[in-house]
Amino acid sequence: MITLAAGEEINPLVPHTAEIIVGFIAFTLLFLVLRSKVVPMFERAFAARTEAIQGGIEKAERAQREAQAALTEYQSQLNSARGEAQAIRESARVEGAALLEQMRAKAQEEAARITAAASAAIEAERTAAVVSLRNEVGSLAIELANRIVGESLDDQARQSRIVDRFLDELESQKK
Amino acid sequence: MIRLATEGEGFKPPSAKDFVLPPIFGDNAFTTKPIFLVFLSVILISTFFILAARKAAVVPSKLQYAGESVYGFVRDNLAKDVIGHEFMRFVPYLFTLFTFILVNNIFGIVPMLQFPTMSRVSFPYVLAIITFFVFHYVGVRKQGAFKYIKEIMFMPGVPKAAYILITPLELLTFFLVRPLTLSLRLFANMFAGHLLLLVFILGGEHLLQGVIGLKLISPFAFFIGIVLTFFEFMVQCLQAYIFTLLSALYIAGALADEH
Repeated sequence: MITLAAGEEINPLVPHTAEIIVGFIAFTLLFLVLRSKVVPMFERAFAARTEAIQGGIEKAERAQREAQAALTEYQSQLNSARGEAQAIRESARVEGAALLEQMRAKAQEEAARITAAASAAIEAERTAAVVSLRNEVGSLAIELANRIVGESLDDQARQSRIVDRFLDELESQKK
Repeated sequence: MIRLATEGEGFKPPSAKDFVLPPIFGDNAFTTKPIFLVFLSVILISTFFILAARKAAVVPSKLQYAGESVYGFVRDNLAKDVIGHEFMRFVPYLFTLFTFILVNNIFGIVPMLQFPTMSRVSFPYVLAIITFFVFHYVGVRKQGAFKYIKEIMFMPGVPKAAYILITPLELLTFFLVRPLTLSLRLFANMFAGHLLLLVFILGGEHLLQGVIGLKLISPFAFFIGIVLTFFEFMVQCLQAYIFTLLSALYIAGALADEH
């Protein structure tokens, strides 16, 4: 009010000493406070954040690398296991075939042996049967003849001759 | 108080007198409203940012985030983008400049305070003088006094004859025009903006005391006053930004080997 005397012209571009002093002091004060207390703290937060993000990225990259390595290893293991299984199957197949062949040969041999033994036995039986048949047929025939002809043929010598003759006839007939 | 004095003698349009506020305590020139506002701004800004920055957490709280947004804006968009790799040295200065101007400007529309400190020309002068010394100091330190002055006076890549015209202009630009425009731009914007608000709001108030017809018009005056308040907010932010941006540009120019 005091400064506003009537008619007094005021030039707003003229600075005010008190304000200039206060302006300097206030600005400097604010500058010092912000520089010492605020800027370093914010910078620290920014740096920590950058570091945290970078750390996170590196960690993720490492995990990915590890996963990739594990996958590769697993796949190679799987491949080698497959190869191994294939080899085992192959060798089993070969072995099995060989075993089968061996068994078959053995069986054939056995069969041949059995067949041979059987035929030999049959031959022996036949021979024995022929011999016994010859004797039996002889005596049966004589007895039959005796019955038919009667006592006339009691004479031993004649009897034998007749039989021989009969058999010879038989033999020749057979041939 | 001026408003009270004008009562009963017709409407006196607001003038430069409205910016001269008397001391609150007696005759002490250090107790005027603008001076209190300046100190208030220092306290507010310091408190806010100290609280916001105190924890410096990797995952920020809302308060820290708010502080960081302002700081990050000045740091990255003003300092880093304009100055380049040496920007970190100037971040505290530019940060102080921006927040100081911004808060003091916004005082112009804060209820109860309602006075933009920067409409007192002394404060823009102070800030412009500081920027003036900062960027010249940076230039002299970087290139040496002789080379720095020489580069200003004799811009490389200009025909010799043109120096007759360019050298005085350049000297004028660097030593007079830059600080003057820097401070006057801020001052004039705040001064004019405050005056505009005064016109509509005091005018509206005055109309309310008139006859019934005038009373009906006064709401329009208040409405325009409110719209202008929002407009003023934009101007206040913009001016803080421009002042800081130009300071950064001047520093960048002084740092560059050739300008």
